[in-house]
Amino acid sequence: MAKRLPARRLDGIDHNPWVEFGKMASEYDVVNLGQGFPDFPPPDFAVQAFQLALSGDFMLNQYTRAFGYPPLTKILASFFGKLLEQEIDPLKNVLVTVGAYGALFTAFQALVDEGDEVIIIEPFFDCYEPMTLMAGGHPVFVTLKPSPTGDGELDSAGNWRLDPTELASKFTSRTKALILNTPNNPLGKVFSKAELELVASLCQQHDVICISDEVYQWLVYDGHQHVSIASLPGMWERTLTIGSAGKSFSATGWKVGWALGPDSLMKHLRTVQQNSVYHCPTQGQAAVAQSFQHEQLHFGQPSSYFVQLPQAMWRSRDHMVRSLQSVGLRPVVPQGSYFLIADISDFKSKMPDLPGDVDEPYDKRFVKWMIRNKGLAGIPVSIFYSRPHQKHFDHYVRFCFVKDESTLQALDEKLQKWKDELRP
Amino acid sequence: MFLAQRRLCFLDSRAKFLKTIYSSKILGLPTSAMSLKIINAKRIEGLDSNVWTEFTKLAADPSVVNLGQGLPDISPPIYVKEKLSEIAAIDSLNQYTRGFGHPSLVKALACLYEKFYQNQINPNKEILVTVGAYGSLFNAIEGLIDEGDEVIIIMPFYDCYEPMVRMAGATPVFIPLRSKPVDGKKWSSSDWTLDPQELASKFNSKTKAIILNTPHNPIGKVYSKEELQIIADLCIKYDTLCISDEVYEWLVYTGNKHLKIATFPGMWERTITIGSAGKTFSVTGWKLGWSIGPNHLIKHLQTVQQNTIYTCATPLQEALAQAFWIDIKRMDDPECYFNSLPKELEVKRDRMIHLLESLGLKPIVPDGGYFIIADVSLLDADLSDMKDSNEPYDYKFVKWMTKNKKLSAIPVSAFCNAETKLQFEKFVRFCFIKKDSTLDAAEEIIKAWTRQKS
Repeated sequence: MAKRLPARRLDGIDHNPWVEFGKMASEYDVVNLGQGFPDFPPPDFAVQAFQLALSGDFMLNQYTRAFGYPPLTKILASFFGKLLEQEIDPLKNVLVTVGAYGALFTAFQALVDEGDEVIIIEPFFDCYEPMTLMAGGHPVFVTLKPSPTGDGELDSAGNWRLDPTELASKFTSRTKALILNTPNNPLGKVFSKAELELVASLCQQHDVICISDEVYQWLVYDGHQHVSIASLPGMWERTLTIGSAGKSFSATGWKVGWALGPDSLMKHLRTVQQNSVYHCPTQGQAAVAQSFQHEQLHFGQPSSYFVQLPQAMWRSRDHMVRSLQSVGLRPVVPQGSYFLIADISDFKSKMPDLPGDVDEPYDKRFVKWMIRNKGLAGIPVSIFYSRPHQKHFDHYVRFCFVKDESTLQALDEKLQKWKDELRP
Repeated sequence: MFLAQRRLCFLDSRAKFLKTIYSSKILGLPTSAMSLKIINAKRIEGLDSNVWTEFTKLAADPSVVNLGQGLPDISPPIYVKEKLSEIAAIDSLNQYTRGFGHPSLVKALACLYEKFYQNQINPNKEILVTVGAYGSLFNAIEGLIDEGDEVIIIMPFYDCYEPMVRMAGATPVFIPLRSKPVDGKKWSSSDWTLDPQELASKFNSKTKAIILNTPHNPIGKVYSKEELQIIADLCIKYDTLCISDEVYEWLVYTGNKHLKIATFPGMWERTITIGSAGKTFSVTGWKLGWSIGPNHLIKHLQTVQQNTIYTCATPLQEALAQAFWIDIKRMDDPECYFNSLPKELEVKRDRMIHLLESLGLKPIVPDGGYFIIADVSLLDADLSDMKDSNEPYDYKFVKWMTKNKKLSAIPVSAFCNAETKLQFEKFVRFCFIKKDSTLDAAEEIIKAWTRQKS
């Protein structure tokens, strides 16, 4: 074919860093703390809910309502209505999507136009930039910056903040949306109410839509509270709140997500949905509906999975924070999410010349070296930064701690070996 | 200034930074009546209406016999349901799988489809698993069709083709299937053809792709070798892509054969062939489909995938792979679902044709697919209470029939573009992949209707 093949909307977005690192992690004998998925099963009630969906009415094998299986939209509306203190209509204010990833895509396509600016807070879940570009939008980055920590003190994700003046300066008359991710991937920051109020006031002042990616909403530690920006005054009408069954129920392979918001925004997402995937698979939705029923019954109690999971992951986080330090990796203690990032500056100064391409950021070369030589896989944090800023943030590696106890023990074994090799 | 002070009370020790921006200039009263800018992106302008949303709601009344939306009310094969049940118990299958398609599924698809192509199919580079065939259409159009491109769409068309092409900023160019006069014999889907000169006139240097649907929804036409050759010749001459929607590929009836345009000389390199688990195994709710083609095309669909949904559900893909292995091993066996389903449906097709004829209609006998269209104007139904609506005749008819006869169908003008709705406004589409009791109920309604007429 002589004609130019790919559509122009794909320019600059074909590269996928995950493919490279995923491939390497499968080729070597590694403890894989790279990609963010649990290596333990979903809770029993969720597995049973799926089984029920499969063995029940055979018509669940057929199409359901395009915008969401009715029992699911109903329970999402009532569950989140309480949390957001908002009257949520299951038909008008809820859209079920193919994972939270699908909700993000649908939102960008519905609302971001050619020339629109989208404010993205760095470090960012890497799909926000290409999704903005694919919609013809222009990403405008603002960086979370760490304040210096005391000697011997561990850095914390809460220590990374936006400069309010800098943030305000990013808003222009062309700003269409700001994408917020709290708890944040990869850093693990949980935005405080005050920080959200700052973002909220700017969004209102500049008439900007807030796309709030809250997939890790239940995974908060140290007593931190997750706050949904949509619950702040004046924000429901301009916010899309995105959630994930995969992250809520440790079932990432079900690919069920949702967007919640006012009908004035949601109707546009519905238009995109009916012209892209149309329906989402029925049985996964039935399983998620049933799982939410369980959680609604146990809400706030020790028996709730949304209480048990963060408690367990809190311990895993602490385990990983302790373990990584033994080889000179310096973890930034996260307040929430599945991940922590570890500072590898010491390695950068001791082994600056690791093999790799001429322009390859240090952290990418470090991760490849670590996979090949130390049997440990993580993700270089520079992939969560815009191209121009990658060189300033090439000294961190992201590790996922939402793993089984046996995986964390395997991590300890690898680190012990590594530590032994460090001795002269 | 009161508001500023209240705000500062909520702040933590970083208040000193925030004071700089909370000057009176910036601090406005948050107004709940704030109007938002033009909210939606231009790409979705005019694409908000959808025939299914309207008609599915109408047919949702349980007292209505629903022959409208194309979904089976028969059970999927038992082994398909069983596989899914078994799979759901396997831990690892509850987590993410490979984005472009679960390894065991793309392997099964490669193995199956290699039987039809001269070349081997690379499961990783030449196959993409999508959210239904619908998702494949979307990935293909978003990946390969640009603003300013022209895309040829054959009318009537599965209704999503037009809005998807428009959403990509391209211009749909329509060409209708036209019927020869058929006095003295049964009207068949093969009587509906494209005029070769008319088709050739639609191609030009801007033509990026043609969308082909065979077997065809809603008419049921199965394109012949000669017809496909005409299309292939034009694609090669104008260096055009072919997006071939073959979701009903197994559903062809006696005397017909499904042919893949991608197997024609010169066509593999310019064709995306789309298939559907939903239509293959009667599991529309699994929403799994696939695109098969050369890597220089598939890689762009894969780029779309990694920027849209990233990956499809894992347990469903594994179950589908296993169901495929069962039937791949017995392709010549009448028990193979690819053989047994069309046999089962041919009986239902013939029954439905007979029923519609008994009502005085002239249905078009489909050579494939699971729909029948019929000209309903012959019934001369009294649609006087729908007279205020300026909808096409068939929309009004279907609403009247649903309300008064408790039988639903889909208006065929929904499968036409705005300018040509009138060409098909007398036709209504009936779906026959329904269990016997549904067809019995339809029969009762039709018998009563017939009695009422005479």
